[in-house]
Amino acid sequence: MYNGGKIIIGLIIFIGLVTFPFIYSGGKATAKPDPKVDTPEILKLPEDERKCVEPKSFMKGEHMKLLNEWRDWVVREGNGVYINAEGKRFTMSLQITCMKCHSNKTKFCDECHNYAAVKPYCWDCHIAPKEKQS
Amino acid sequence: MSMNRREFLKIAGISTILGVGGVSAVHGLKNCVEASQISPNPEALKAKRWAMVVDMSKFKTEQDYQRCIDACHRVHNVPNITDNPKHEIKWLWKETYEHAFPGTADEYLSEEVKELPFLVLCNHCNNPPCVRVCPTKATFKRKSDGIVMMDMHRCIGCRFCMAACPYGARSFNYKDPRPFINAEKENLEFPTRTKGVVEKCTLCYERLAKGLQPACVEASKGALIFGDVEDPNSEVRKVLGARYSFRRRPELGTQPSVYYIF
Repeated sequence: MYNGGKIIIGLIIFIGLVTFPFIYSGGKATAKPDPKVDTPEILKLPEDERKCVEPKSFMKGEHMKLLNEWRDWVVREGNGVYINAEGKRFTMSLQITCMKCHSNKTKFCDECHNYAAVKPYCWDCHIAPKEKQS
Repeated sequence: MSMNRREFLKIAGISTILGVGGVSAVHGLKNCVEASQISPNPEALKAKRWAMVVDMSKFKTEQDYQRCIDACHRVHNVPNITDNPKHEIKWLWKETYEHAFPGTADEYLSEEVKELPFLVLCNHCNNPPCVRVCPTKATFKRKSDGIVMMDMHRCIGCRFCMAACPYGARSFNYKDPRPFINAEKENLEFPTRTKGVVEKCTLCYERLAKGLQPACVEASKGALIFGDVEDPNSEVRKVLGARYSFRRRPELGTQPSVYYIF
């Protein structure tokens, strides 16, 4: 093999670089996100009213699309009220409706967003609820 | 790889069927939302075209202007940037006669009027030039009530609208406005803006949706009159019918919705 030594050294460096992230994290996956819904605002509600605007499974996967729709309905069409399949009415607003219950942005939003490495720009403009440092 | 006509059609047919199936799977997800409905807020104030009348005779002291400006800027988290006049963010502000009504000053116009500050804001034109030039439709005229709105999510900060607006009613966020907003007076129910977007008066669309008058009108103690200009029984129409009114730069054909009376 021509230049065998150089090739082998190169391969070792390459493998080292590629496997570094796995070795560095100790081969374990990052802790799974566990968004908390136990804010004082939610706990205050009676048991049977502790429901989001749509079912949990839908909100988990599609909340970003729903928020996009809400934005257009409110800003462009001037429709401010959302009536879900159960007939409950909600003011369509991230700051006023969503974050009133989910007042724990760091535990509720950021936990999954960080895990999924998505950086939504909601909070560049929308004011996040004031959280108590614990 | 060679492929005869028959094979090609088979593969094309199968991919089409798979494609159609894929689309219906996406639709399945949406069923959930389709069961829901949207509606306007029942308390919302409605109009065909909102208009405002600025009664200049009722602006006597510094305080009369400041009350309105402060109310507006506090409700909408407008930053107070003073270090560079080009970076200033203005929704509602004072302008001299010469700047508000250029070219109309008579040679012998009284010093009093010449020096008088006029309260100016976005005119919510019926024919808004800013809307025409916006490449992303971030600014648009709402069909329902004629408010010239901004969708901050869409604004790319190109500033065409600022060049197009003959009234200078738009401000650009050259820097992050957050540090310039008094955290104690912040309105937690309204967003701030971010660096790189254009902002202006939105005629308090969020207050109208709740059945409230615009913040400046509420604070003005009757100096600002607000209502539906297409409703002949509205207060604005009564005022406009009874007294001589004028608008800013009518020769441009933008048809402002903000009227001035003395």
